[in-house]
Amino acid sequence: MKAAVIVFPGINRERDMARALKLVSGREPAMVWHAATALPAGTDLVVVPGGFSYGDYLRCGAIAARAPIMDAVRAFAATGGLVLGVCNGFQILCEAGLLPGVLMRNARLKFICRDVYLRVERSDTPFTRGYNAGQVICVPTAHGEGNYVADADTVARLEGEGRVVFRYTSPEGTCAPEWNFNGATNAIAGIVNARGNVLGMMPHPENHVEAALGPTDGRGLFQGLEEHLSRAA
Amino acid sequence: MKAQVTVTLKSGILDPQGKAIEGALKSLGVAGIASVRQGKVFEIEIADGDRAGAEAKLKEAAEKLLANTVIENYRVEING
Repeated sequence: MKAAVIVFPGINRERDMARALKLVSGREPAMVWHAATALPAGTDLVVVPGGFSYGDYLRCGAIAARAPIMDAVRAFAATGGLVLGVCNGFQILCEAGLLPGVLMRNARLKFICRDVYLRVERSDTPFTRGYNAGQVICVPTAHGEGNYVADADTVARLEGEGRVVFRYTSPEGTCAPEWNFNGATNAIAGIVNARGNVLGMMPHPENHVEAALGPTDGRGLFQGLEEHLSRAA
Repeated sequence: MKAQVTVTLKSGILDPQGKAIEGALKSLGVAGIASVRQGKVFEIEIADGDRAGAEAKLKEAAEKLLANTVIENYRVEING
C-alpha cells in the first residue's frame, strides 16, 4: 500500500489516519499538502481525512474541494485509483463531485461525538473485503453535518446499484430511527461511486484500530485495503 | 459595481436551522410567522464596470463555489 493522505488547513484527523494506515501496512503514508498539484509517484490509495477544513466556511468541504490537489485526486479516481474519504473527507468528495449528494446539518442540530453501529452492506468492495456482508461494526463518529441527502433519483440509483456500503443500525443490525442519529436518508453512513473505487463515509474507522484504545472494528477496512492492494501489486 | 448573490435552499430540502429559528420566533411571541428558511447573501464588489460581463462572472462564481446546486438555488443581482 502506497497511501497518500491529503492535508488541508483545518483538517485534524490526518495523523490518526496515517497511524492506522501504517499499522496495517507497515508503511508510512505520504502526507500531501492541498496546494500540491500532483500525487507522489506510485500512489495506490488516496485518503481524504476528517476534520474541519477551512473551518467549515461556506459549506463543509466546499473550499477544500476546490483546492489545487483535487484535480490530481479526480484524475487518479478517473483511472480507477482507490479514494477513501472519512467525515470531512466524505463532505469534500461530495463537494468535489466525486460522490453524489451532500451532507446536511444533523436532523436534531447537535454535534454528535460517540461510538455508533454500522451495518456493512457488502463485502465485495476493496474497502469492505475485510468484513462480512451484514456484519455490524462499532466505530466512533464526530460530526455536526452528516445527514446524507440526495434527490430521489440519486438515492434510488444508489440503492438499486448496491452502492450504499454502510448504514446506521442497532448493534444487532436493525435499521430504526433511533439508531439513525443524524437523520441521514435511508440511514446512509457510507457510499461508493458508480465504479466502486471511491468511498465516502461519515464515521471514523481509523479511530478503532488498536486494542489499547478500545474496539478494533475499524481495522478491517484498512486490512482489507492492504490485502486488496498487495494482491493487485 | 456592487452585486449580491443570494443562495437559498431548494424547496423540499429540509432546513433544520430554519425550523429552529422559526421555533425561536414563535417562542418570542413574534406573531404571524408561517415558516422560516435560512439562506446566505454574498455582497460582492466587481472590479470592472461591464454589466453583462459581471453577471456572467457572478453566475460562474455561484455555479463553481458559492452554491451547491444539488441542494441550493442562487440569484444574482447587480446594483448600479
